Amino acid sequence: MGSVTVEALRGVTFDIQPGDYISIMGPSGCGKSTMLNLLGCLDRPSSGQYFLGNEDVSQMDDDALSAVRGARLGFVFQSYNLIQQLTVVENIEIPLYYQERPEHESREQARKLAARVGLEHRLDHKPFELSGGQQQRVAIARALVNDPLVILADEPTGNLDSKSGKEILALFDELHQQGKTLILVTHDSKVAERSYRAIRLADGQIESDIRR
Amino acid sequence: MIHGFNLSSLKRTVRLGIRSLWLHRLRSLLTALGIVFGVCSVIAMLAIGEGASYEAQEQIKNLGSQNIIVNSVKPPDDQKVSDRNSQSYVLQYGLTYQDVQRIQATIPGVTVVLPARIIRDYVWNISRRVDCDIVGTVPWYPTMRNQRVARGRFFNEQDMDEDTSVCVLGADMVRALFPLESPLGRDVRVGGEYYKVIGVMEPAAYEPKSDDLPGDQAKPAAHRMFIPLETAKSRYGEVLLRRRSGSIEAERVELHELTVKVNSLEEVTSAADAIKAVLQRNHPKKDYQMVVPLELLKRAERTKEIFNIVLGSIAAISLLVGGIGIMNIMLASVTERTREIGIRRALGARRRDIVVQFLVETVILSGTGGVLGVLLGIIIPFIVSYAAGMKTIVTFWAPMLAFTISALVGVVFGIYPALRAAKMDPVEALRHE
Repeated sequence: MGSVTVEALRGVTFDIQPGDYISIMGPSGCGKSTMLNLLGCLDRPSSGQYFLGNEDVSQMDDDALSAVRGARLGFVFQSYNLIQQLTVVENIEIPLYYQERPEHESREQARKLAARVGLEHRLDHKPFELSGGQQQRVAIARALVNDPLVILADEPTGNLDSKSGKEILALFDELHQQGKTLILVTHDSKVAERSYRAIRLADGQIESDIRR
Repeated sequence: MIHGFNLSSLKRTVRLGIRSLWLHRLRSLLTALGIVFGVCSVIAMLAIGEGASYEAQEQIKNLGSQNIIVNSVKPPDDQKVSDRNSQSYVLQYGLTYQDVQRIQATIPGVTVVLPARIIRDYVWNISRRVDCDIVGTVPWYPTMRNQRVARGRFFNEQDMDEDTSVCVLGADMVRALFPLESPLGRDVRVGGEYYKVIGVMEPAAYEPKSDDLPGDQAKPAAHRMFIPLETAKSRYGEVLLRRRSGSIEAERVELHELTVKVNSLEEVTSAADAIKAVLQRNHPKKDYQMVVPLELLKRAERTKEIFNIVLGSIAAISLLVGGIGIMNIMLASVTERTREIGIRRALGARRRDIVVQFLVETVILSGTGGVLGVLLGIIIPFIVSYAAGMKTIVTFWAPMLAFTISALVGVVFGIYPALRAAKMDPVEALRHE
């Protein structure tokens, strides 16, 4: 795994090492979302470069970006973003589906990850049958299923009560200890406190970059 | 290997599509209904049309497509006594033996000329009687007119030469005259003459109704009794007496019917023109009538073609309407599922994966509609046949065509919504509520 370099927004340059646990904070309108979209390869920068691993993804076309998202990134959203008509296990295996993995293999992998987030008894439930915390755990399992380089989380605890929020954050800590690279966008300073590096954005520029 | 992969992923996409459609069962059903009705009405209408034209064509084919049939017709009243120098009250008209010779001598490509005299009389078996056409003709009549002998035999050259009193009965006559016993070897009586039954004709494959065809062709073969031409000549002479409402009418007709066999199908039209020319010269009274089965057949085929074009347009319109319904629903579905599209895109779906997903759903919708339509379209003609007694024919290609078109409709009307789904910006789509 190489380093992750971003030059974005307005003259923003930083790199993220493998195994980092980073939080990005800032008031609304500071460019957090843009940053997240760029990091998540959902958007392309109008100028500048973004290296993910050794690849310059800023010049890639749409199909290549889709492939990068599917193979190297994991997303966790504030509103979980599970597909309602699919079961837990089916939601988890979506990224593998688009990589055209054999069905039995991806099903197996999805089961394993469901077990890892403690949902092995909820495999065939639909999202609406689960609590918010459980849904977010499904989303995390989905973000892990393709063994990504980076996990991007956008306000992962924003819709949760504090107890479930803590559980989710504990899960993130666990992932970090296992060597995953995490980028967390939040405006909750308590959440940011758990990260090892906090980047604060203001007006499209880095205000502070503190490593603990 | 790669092919296998794609196939299995397509299978999964299809399963997924079915589930998405199942989620909105009623909506999907109503949408597919447009296609169901389109397809089923096309098949049913084609089946009914096919049945009707089959009947007409069958009946024309029975006359023989290489044949030209000329009948004697009584001329219109004002020309009745034009034959003044004959100094008799006998009405003379119709085809003559001379006509037969002229046709044979002057028209190329014509092989067999089949003359027939038709006498209408009662045929008796002891106390049973049947009103029938007694046809005096030649031994090759059945071959030329596509009719077959069911039992016994048709008369042969020898019967002709010896002008024996033999006869072949139509199928219906047997039922009326000999309900219990076999007619073969028995005698029937016509006036004062007795004829020995040597054969029975097969019922015609299709029995034309009397108003379908002009002239004597209207009489189904079953109501005919066949005797050798020479026998007919010697027994009945050329003058026929008819008792009609108090007066006696005398007619002199040499031949009532003439069937000309043309060597090849291509020559039928030109031979028909030539025969017309020959007859026109010798029959200023217009006391004949020509039937060219091939031309009738062609006309029937053209009618059928027009019918098919009309049906095709109706089908196209109804499927178009169905397709628009599908497109409408798919567009709504795409908007409704914007979030899902965003999620899938974020998780690695390419534009083309999204296109395939929605296209598959549309095709499932229209394909299911097509299958249901085909089933209904096959069942309905049966019901129509049963209830209305109409002949219907479901050809192999009608359901095939209807189904293919319905599937195509799915693709055509599914492309736009699918492209719209795929064109969405993932960021925007994810933000969609």
